[in-house]
Amino acid sequence: MGLTTPLLANRAKARTMDSPVAPLFESDRLSGCRHCAAVWEGAIEGQACARCGTPMTARKTDSLNRTWAYLITACVLYLPANLLPVMVTRTLFGTQSDTILSGVIYFWISGAYGLAAIVFVASFLVPLFKLVALFMLVLLAQRRSNWRRSERARLYHLIELLGRWSMLDVFVVVLLVGLVRIQGFAEISAGVGIVAFGAVVVLTMLASLSFDPKLSWDGPADADEHEHDIMPGASGPPKET
Amino acid sequence: MKEVAHVIICESCDAVCERVPLREREIAHCPRCGIELDRHGGFQHALILPLTVASLIVFAIANLFPIVEIELRGLRSATTLAGAVIALAGDGRSLLALLVLATTLLLPLLHLLILLWLLVPLRWGRGRRALGFAPLVRAMQALRPWGMIDIFLIGVLVAIIKLSSMATVLPGPALWAFMALTVLLTMVIAFDPRRLWEMVDGVDDAAAGKQGEGEDHG
Repeated sequence: MGLTTPLLANRAKARTMDSPVAPLFESDRLSGCRHCAAVWEGAIEGQACARCGTPMTARKTDSLNRTWAYLITACVLYLPANLLPVMVTRTLFGTQSDTILSGVIYFWISGAYGLAAIVFVASFLVPLFKLVALFMLVLLAQRRSNWRRSERARLYHLIELLGRWSMLDVFVVVLLVGLVRIQGFAEISAGVGIVAFGAVVVLTMLASLSFDPKLSWDGPADADEHEHDIMPGASGPPKET
Repeated sequence: MKEVAHVIICESCDAVCERVPLREREIAHCPRCGIELDRHGGFQHALILPLTVASLIVFAIANLFPIVEIELRGLRSATTLAGAVIALAGDGRSLLALLVLATTLLLPLLHLLILLWLLVPLRWGRGRRALGFAPLVRAMQALRPWGMIDIFLIGVLVAIIKLSSMATVLPGPALWAFMALTVLLTMVIAFDPRRLWEMVDGVDDAAAGKQGEGEDHG
């Protein structure tokens, strides 16, 4: 029996090919260009893509090491980002320091529940979720675990989509700093916390960019996964010929 | 090395899938991991250049006029995006100011200018590749996650609500411009830079059909 063609699922309209099709290719040495998505047969590791000139590597270079480095730095900075004041307000009545969470509590007390929820999710939950999820992904990829691989693929996709939104609080502080500078009356300046917070956002984005989701699939196949239905890519040997 | 045109390799799990022609609004998902493989290009080919030009115009308005103005006991204060960044740098937070400047102003602007630079010769130069085509397409792909004008807009709205309890807040012209820009840029950023390779390839194939004409331009 030859290899069967994987089914392509369409979200708009289900269109599946149920009859087994002849093998797509004889060789297993296919390489996809990460940059322009061209697929080449017989390319060697590091060879430049003939279409766009990007060197092709099966996995992102040093992916796990780089991801660990960014991730650990982000974890260290996560503490000052949440504990130190992000914003200092000086008015005639005195000076007030706000941390990320005290800002959320202020919104909640003043009745702006929706806003409190948005800021809480974007500034507190999303960074925490990203750190925990990336830790899990990197750890599982490193152990070549095959645990819930398609869920992990979706998790990584979610992290990529959510990552930028944590910058929300940085922009709020920057605008307030730019806007509220009425000499002697009311002045807002940025605290050290917001610098650490911005660094956490950038570092977690760099961590998710340097992680290679393909690493999650390098381990042994699941028992319940029909591995022979799907052809492994550049990395795997052919299952049958 | 030989090109294999009829397959797609999943970016998420490395599965090799057959490339099927997609109809409008169709999205192909990888059968193994469920992540998007490919989607129909839609009208992006035709729309991307007008969208880029419109974005650049709105971009100028958004950055030249004040975003919001506050009034507190007769005293007024207004700021533009650049003004807020300069105030932040004056506070001694220059690194943070640089991050904000890059994500809301420099990188989106760079993205738009690169697109314009690449698209104009494709459209009016008989499909000629602009100088530095390959590195610029690659740079654009790297820039994509770092433009954050949409998040900045939400930040402006949160700031306005935060201030409305202590001062009178008047929205400036740039606020409306930022709203329009968010919609426009979402469409521009949704344009996958890889489509540029398809656009160039399409032109190359057409040119190969009538080789004689192309000679005098070489």
